[in-house]
Amino acid sequence: MEIRCHRISGGKATGPALVTEEPISFLGTVDPETGEVVDPGHQLFGKAVAGKVLIFPGGKGSTVGSYVIYQLKKRGIAPAAMINIRSEPIVAVGAIISGIPLVDGVDAGILATRDGTILMVDADREVIRVDEP
Amino acid sequence: MHLSREEERAYQGEEGESLRRAMEILVALGDIYGADRLIPVRSVQVAGVSFKTIGEAGLEWISDLRGRVVVSAVLNPAGMDLTRWQKMGIDERFAKKQLEIVEAYRRLGVSPDCTCTPYQIRPELARRGDHLAWSESSAVSFANSVIGAKTNREGGPSALAAALVGKTPRYGYHIEEKRVPTINIAVEADLKPSDYGILGYIIGKEVGDGVPRFIFRKRPDVDDLKALGAAMAASGSVALYYFDEEAPAAPKGSEEILVSDRDLQDVRQECAPDDEVDVVAIGCPHSSERELAEVARLLEGNKVERELWICTARATAERRSDLVGKIERSGARVFCDTCMVVSPASDRYRKMMVNSGKALAYIPTLCKMKAAYGSVEECVRAATRRV
Repeated sequence: MEIRCHRISGGKATGPALVTEEPISFLGTVDPETGEVVDPGHQLFGKAVAGKVLIFPGGKGSTVGSYVIYQLKKRGIAPAAMINIRSEPIVAVGAIISGIPLVDGVDAGILATRDGTILMVDADREVIRVDEP
Repeated sequence: MHLSREEERAYQGEEGESLRRAMEILVALGDIYGADRLIPVRSVQVAGVSFKTIGEAGLEWISDLRGRVVVSAVLNPAGMDLTRWQKMGIDERFAKKQLEIVEAYRRLGVSPDCTCTPYQIRPELARRGDHLAWSESSAVSFANSVIGAKTNREGGPSALAAALVGKTPRYGYHIEEKRVPTINIAVEADLKPSDYGILGYIIGKEVGDGVPRFIFRKRPDVDDLKALGAAMAASGSVALYYFDEEAPAAPKGSEEILVSDRDLQDVRQECAPDDEVDVVAIGCPHSSERELAEVARLLEGNKVERELWICTARATAERRSDLVGKIERSGARVFCDTCMVVSPASDRYRKMMVNSGKALAYIPTLCKMKAAYGSVEECVRAATRRV
């Protein structure tokens, strides 16, 4: 199945889905040294974002979050790609400076994707391919 | 968003990787905010300078960048005085990282002027009608409201992208329709200079990201406006306000707020200094020459008994080294390139007295310290313990 989307940050990547219905503030929520969600109040608490196609409604919080995404990428523990319902500047800028594919403009139904489903995000062509199990 | 052929080439990476990333940032933000095209900017002020704020993550990003800015670009305040950091009690590890950040920006062609008041040291950076890409919230407010230039509040990467490309997406405060007042503020009090910070502190909380239109009994001067705008941008996120009698009023049916002397007094009493104050700081936003002269006059013949800092831009301090000398003879210190809010030097104190509504709003959260407020005279008196 292919889903149309809107390119925010170019590139193409494949990985297992990690999904949350909650917005993410990268500063404070994701540990830049381990890539784990360390905020006990977050749905994804204890999960690692490395190599995942991270699906979340959008970003929030401090603009330093953009640099945290960059740091994850340099450590090799960043998400492979990210999908938002609607991107905001913190995650958009973070993805761009890090070279992580990021798309938005998809239906909120994407948040019902099961964790582990393999997704291919092609931001340049503005499509997401879902491999049905 | 429409791109010219030249912009499209840069966006596709034909002008190199740094410009491609820069264009990608501008296009993404333009898409998110509904911009129709890019417009040239006169100057850029880049946020994300203090190591305390951006940390290792930010330093790594800036150090990895290549390229050269194509318009005048200056920096936000850093986490320390770049030359006298030892006198601030900054440790060597922090200093090394902070100097690396400034050096990395310098390599990109950004001038190492670290100030929240670029308009005080280089007026040519912003003239009426100019489009800018500035970052620091009080500078943005001053540029939009007092100078009559046009800028959104940029983040660090988006400002740097604007400096590398020389353009910014046209949305928000670049568009006339977004610059219309949304709320009227009638100030029914005779304001002293030290009331403007308090007024801004109150109104920012009330109006959030609105565009207030003030009606004053008397026209404020430039330092009053600097204090007012800075406080509203900190307690709220006001990026544009009107104070001129000629300015249009908010449209019919808009909300109106009345501010009385009583409202100002309430905040003053709540934030009055006490014996717990162990440091006093002036210069948020950075002191103008006139403010330095005022502090020098108040300190004449006095010795400070508590730590007293005056924060200003390096260019201002260099131009008025006579005033700096007079101030420091009292034992007070003039620090450049930084301020009490962004420097970790504040961390070892318990309660800071300030003459700034902006610092009053930020110190409890960003510095995890109590804050007290007073006029510049009261601040100097508290530092010298004169009664």
